[in-house]
Amino acid sequence: MPTIVIDGKEYEVPQGENILEACLGLGLDLPYFCWHPAMGSIGSCRQCAVIQYQNPEDERGKLVMGCMTPVQDGARFSITNEAASSFREFIIESLMVNHPHDCPVCAEGGECHLQDMTVMAGHRDRRYRGLKKTHRNQYLGPLIHHEMNRCITCYRCVRFYKDYAGGSDLSAMASHDHVYFGRHEDGKLESPFSGNLVEVCPTGVFTDKHLVNDYTRKWDLQSAPSICPGCSVGCNTSPGERYGKLKRVHNRYNPDINGYFLCDKGRFGATYVNSEKRIPAVGRRSKDGLFDAIDSSQALTDIAKGLSTSKVIGIGSPRTSIETNFALQNLVGQQNFCTGISETETALVSACIEAIKESGAKIPSPREIERCDAILILGEDVTNTATRIALSLRQAVRNEAFNMAEGLQLQSWQDAATRMLVQDERSPLFLASPHATQLDDIAEGIFNLSPSNIAHLGYSVASLIEGKKDDAAKKTDANDYGNIAEALLKAERPLIISGTGVTDTSVIKAASSITSALVAKGKETYLSLIYQEANTLGITLLDQGQGPSLSNIFEQGENNSIQTLIIVENDLYRRAAKHKVDKLLQAADQVIVLDILDNETCNQADIVIPASSFAECEGTLINFEGRAQRHFPVFESKHPCRPSWEWLTEIGKISSNKNMLEWQCFDDINKACSESSSTLTGINEVAPDRKYRVGGRKIPRQPHRYSGRTAMVANLSVHEPKQTDDTETPLGFTMEGHSGDRPGELIPFVWAPGWNSNHSVHKLQTGSEGELKGGRSVVKIESKKLIQSKQQVKSVNQNNDQDHFIAVAMYKIFGTGELSSQSPGIIELCESESIELAIEAADKLGVSNGDGVTAHGVNGTVDLEVKINDSLISNCVGIIQGMPGAANINPGEGLSLTRSENWVRRSEIISSDQLGGKNV
Amino acid sequence: MITTPLTKNVHEDRRVVLVEDYEANGGYQGARKSITQMTPSECLQVIKDSNLRGRGGAGFPTGMKWSFVPMDNVSPGHKYLVCNADEMEPGTFKDRLLMECDPHQLIEGMICGSYTIQADIAYIFLRGEYVKAAETLSQAIKECYAKGYLGRSIMGTNYSLDLYLHTSAGRYICGEETALINSLEGKRANPRAKPPFPQVSGLWGRPTIVNNVETLCNISHILDHGPEWFQELGIGEDAGTKMYGVSGNVQNPGCWELPIGTTIREILEVHAGGMLPGYSFRGLLPGGGSTDFLVEEHLDLAMDYGTIGKAGSRMGTGTMIILDDKTCPVGMVKNLIDFFAHESCGFCTPCRDGLPQTAHILQDMSSGKGESRDIENLERLVKFIGSIGNTHCALAPGAMEPLQSAMKYFPEDFERHAKGKKCNYCETD
Amino acid sequence: MNNSVNSLSTEELSAIDEELEHAPYRSAVAIDALKIVQSHRGWVSDSSIKEIANYLEMSSEELDSIATFYNLIFRRPVGENVILFCDSVSCWIRGCAKLEKHINKTLGITRGQTTEDDKFTLVPVPCLGACDKAPVMMVGDSLHENLTEESINRILEDAAVKGKER
Repeated sequence: MPTIVIDGKEYEVPQGENILEACLGLGLDLPYFCWHPAMGSIGSCRQCAVIQYQNPEDERGKLVMGCMTPVQDGARFSITNEAASSFREFIIESLMVNHPHDCPVCAEGGECHLQDMTVMAGHRDRRYRGLKKTHRNQYLGPLIHHEMNRCITCYRCVRFYKDYAGGSDLSAMASHDHVYFGRHEDGKLESPFSGNLVEVCPTGVFTDKHLVNDYTRKWDLQSAPSICPGCSVGCNTSPGERYGKLKRVHNRYNPDINGYFLCDKGRFGATYVNSEKRIPAVGRRSKDGLFDAIDSSQALTDIAKGLSTSKVIGIGSPRTSIETNFALQNLVGQQNFCTGISETETALVSACIEAIKESGAKIPSPREIERCDAILILGEDVTNTATRIALSLRQAVRNEAFNMAEGLQLQSWQDAATRMLVQDERSPLFLASPHATQLDDIAEGIFNLSPSNIAHLGYSVASLIEGKKDDAAKKTDANDYGNIAEALLKAERPLIISGTGVTDTSVIKAASSITSALVAKGKETYLSLIYQEANTLGITLLDQGQGPSLSNIFEQGENNSIQTLIIVENDLYRRAAKHKVDKLLQAADQVIVLDILDNETCNQADIVIPASSFAECEGTLINFEGRAQRHFPVFESKHPCRPSWEWLTEIGKISSNKNMLEWQCFDDINKACSESSSTLTGINEVAPDRKYRVGGRKIPRQPHRYSGRTAMVANLSVHEPKQTDDTETPLGFTMEGHSGDRPGELIPFVWAPGWNSNHSVHKLQTGSEGELKGGRSVVKIESKKLIQSKQQVKSVNQNNDQDHFIAVAMYKIFGTGELSSQSPGIIELCESESIELAIEAADKLGVSNGDGVTAHGVNGTVDLEVKINDSLISNCVGIIQGMPGAANINPGEGLSLTRSENWVRRSEIISSDQLGGKNV
Repeated sequence: MITTPLTKNVHEDRRVVLVEDYEANGGYQGARKSITQMTPSECLQVIKDSNLRGRGGAGFPTGMKWSFVPMDNVSPGHKYLVCNADEMEPGTFKDRLLMECDPHQLIEGMICGSYTIQADIAYIFLRGEYVKAAETLSQAIKECYAKGYLGRSIMGTNYSLDLYLHTSAGRYICGEETALINSLEGKRANPRAKPPFPQVSGLWGRPTIVNNVETLCNISHILDHGPEWFQELGIGEDAGTKMYGVSGNVQNPGCWELPIGTTIREILEVHAGGMLPGYSFRGLLPGGGSTDFLVEEHLDLAMDYGTIGKAGSRMGTGTMIILDDKTCPVGMVKNLIDFFAHESCGFCTPCRDGLPQTAHILQDMSSGKGESRDIENLERLVKFIGSIGNTHCALAPGAMEPLQSAMKYFPEDFERHAKGKKCNYCETD
Repeated sequence: MNNSVNSLSTEELSAIDEELEHAPYRSAVAIDALKIVQSHRGWVSDSSIKEIANYLEMSSEELDSIATFYNLIFRRPVGENVILFCDSVSCWIRGCAKLEKHINKTLGITRGQTTEDDKFTLVPVPCLGACDKAPVMMVGDSLHENLTEESINRILEDAAVKGKER
């Protein structure tokens, strides 16, 4: 490690860093704007100026930009030198020439990097006598608010949006001091990563529209460390609450997973928590079909009574915690616990587990994905099913660029130089998919194939890697796919990505055979398999293939052998065909539903029980890598909801369930779960338990500047209410407690003296993009511990009947997720339920966009709106998952289509697009 | 002996030199000699020995610049030679003449230069307003392709070169070589971070040399007549001739090819005929709008890189702008700063937001709204914006040169304006 | 690419195609394409941006970012004759400010404006490289040197009569 001298003191700093990074890593404050730990340096803002001295005798030195100057052994610098500090003050003064003094009404105020840097650089007096420049703002969609007058032209937004995230609809316009960052015209930002602009922008140009409209300052937000429940990636988040409402979600730094960035579903898809569709009380269906609020203890007693006297089935959910599912499993017994995942998906997940066990490949974290240098994606539409990984893939294809830059002794942080040098050279990424995807722009090869042909491609690549000579089809395969095999073999860290999204087990098996072939060649091979929900892998591991399948439950229902059915956080109408679910719910004598939002399954229940959302309860989720992570309650809900595991435990206790009698708190359930099977051992180490204290103190959820404890409830009482004791977690609903170094999984929000924005995260890190100083528990289920389902893996293969169209599952970042799609903002972006047709298919049926077709399949007929997708291969039709009608069609089944004659075209929906910027 | 190699063909009436006349006058001999008889490294040595320095303003030794181009074939791919014909430095009007009058001289220089660095593609980056130069150059390029000076197998050798004319869409910053490269790539013309230098990673990430028109016009002559001949053309320590120009209120404004190192006085008094009647000399910008003022005491200095540098200015483009006694230095500097502020690409803070602050003070001063703190504020701005390294490229430091030197040489004018007084020679709107 | 947006003329397309022949990728000719379309249409409208962007397989934002950077790309309608009026230092010393006021008065327009009859647009331009003949301006493609109020009157009258100077 080189030793450098800063203001007369010697420091050891990491090789290859720049002075700005090094200073921040050493805890020395040096203001900056354009540099970003994940995006590197361009030297645009000139804020991080320091003095560099030639030698010990040099007293004058030269002004250099910290972010553009590599550390070198023996180099001498000064931060405090007057020439440097006065220059930095001048830079701030220049940035403030046009910056409005609207901090009191700015959503960034109180967590504004510009405010922090202004104070740090010491600018106070304005010398400029002229007027400030003003700009027109644009309407950028329902998620992001635009306020260009605040812009300080650091170029971070376009560098993130275009260079880092691959977006194309945000650019720097004009020149000199008229530079404008925006779109060609008003309209929603198209990138699924647009929300990061809120955090990337050092001031209030891009702010969270939902927060702006219902505003709370950062210092008044109560936060907790959380995990995004939106998909199987498990990004770490920091949701913030005030007045019982979830106000916003910010990124929570995790060096392995999300780093500094979230996807828009994760950031904006959590406010369903405030929805009016929350179940308001424990309710019992009355004779008139409506629900009456009933006393919860009476309801629980009734339910418990039923349990001991009847045949009970429990249906769990892949979208909720291990603990809730474990509690349900204990309540009804393993043989009566169903994961609630469809038959098809169960088979796919099993195939994934088999692939992981057999291939011998490593399962990469998103951070490790960024280091892979040749990638093959088989079928999985990553941008829609595991969005954050798409961002990692965009970084992975830059490895070739970093290699080229290294040849010129350029460091990877020299961002502009590297991009200019490399132009469009990328590490190879190959994509096989039935339709165009949002990663096509970085792909070296795109193969538009039906799922079964994707599997064929996979097997061909595997045999090319193995170098088998006996295959007759080898030659054509070599022509078609030779370059894929070659690129994977040439790579140092090849990565194969697939998952349950393509709904064909043979594709997953093909992925497995490629990885096996690469492993056999001695390659450090990576395999990522994507699941569809936050805890799909978790619940599958919990179930271990022991419980009945969903179709087995339907059969039991048909035989009238179910008296009581407990459904936890699962809308069955999104899992299976309507007629089957209808039958089941009618057959059971008593249907009890625990859920967060009202849904079709709730409507059919006899008793509904309000469950806490992820933001109101503790829980453990297992992500696509097998990584177990804990989310903590952010706030106590105003609703009478409780965590499902708590309701279930209470029922268990009333019914004297002997396993559950012992359970006093979340930690007990968690511990029992970790002891229940060798697979889940370790999930009790995911985060410190409720007894954890630092110096006898808990970790506060509120910043120490939190204000208005009394004022918030002054309409009820002028006395300061007692803060609720949190007996379940190491966190407190207070502003008092320990706020020094904490384990990463217990950091509710980031703040440091002088650093009010999220940039303060560097104070908690060891170096940029580095580990957290307070440590971090990493619990990953080892692949050898994965237990293969005892159920026969039913192969899900595609129907290749000529007269039929193959139903292909399609996913939408906005719309597929049951809960996220009910968040304000996202609601407007959700696609409507439709069937996507290739142009040829549409022509054949004589339909165009907006017309209706009737799909005839094994579950009968369903009418769907036509959406033409010119990238879809002609014998496939796309069925968007997560929509009410979609569950009636099994992915992979052959559909015959007819034009729907009775179809009424929808009138154009008026969204805020039409309102333009007027709604804010 | 040829003493004015660059303008020897130029007609009095500035009509274009036809290819036949160009050839008859020794044209394409330098190219023929180098391509058919010399190796690229021999050519490079000749240019190095000639001591030719870049005529675009910075005066960097051309041979040395070229020597940074990787000549191994380790990384196969294109190499580029780009002619910077984006003449836009205020007060500069030399390249226009060379291109409009004798386009083949530039093309021949580019062929020689391209051969030396083994570039296979060359571009002329011409400013969009030079409509006539665009016509003459396009015509000349066509003729060269027809005559086999460009294209496949030039002059029967296995050397091939394609040359394209790109006409710009404006912006002074395109004259900065890396901004020019970005513009040629079809991007916004923000200067690039250096390193890497374009010689290693330039146009489309490939090795690229960017040279000024006048620099390239010298090349074929040097290769044809040898470095010693070229050395002898100069008067002082620099070699060759220089296109000098004078504009302002002088008798005979114009542009002349003279031995490099000719004194300012000779250029101003002999060639430009001295000041117009009724005007007297106060100072001059020696080489365009981004050089420091020189005054009376400097008139006998030789116009070469070293001498002018020692006097605290730069020779720049060698085209002088004369300040007379009926022109206010505050107004003149305001005009320049307005220009630079408007031509900032908007990339770095000191330039983008610092120059408009400077312009605003000068605007107030020249319109009679000056305040006593203005001089201190200007000095502060000069200190922060005026040093190379404080900004991303040299535009803003260049902009500060006339301001800082004007404040030094004409303090009474600044003080007068800082008292809120109007001036007879400034606009007062 | 969606062809429905594309209404570039055959002449425009063939001129752009010529540039594309020696470009390593399509968006590299963005500036040339903008100039080509402007030479046919006088200026580059929002829909022209979309048409060109579509043809060059880039987004409207990426192209507009370039179009709005360069001062010789007109993103607003201009008159038949664009007056590129040099206001740089040599012309300033030689009195261009007064001449600009003369133009303002004669045509009734200031910088960036177009006359009501759409004949003229006045645009200031950096040094035109004819400082020995200062003050200078361009009207259309023609350079006019050693300007005086009288010569300006004549030039403007001629241009108004002749229509578009090319």
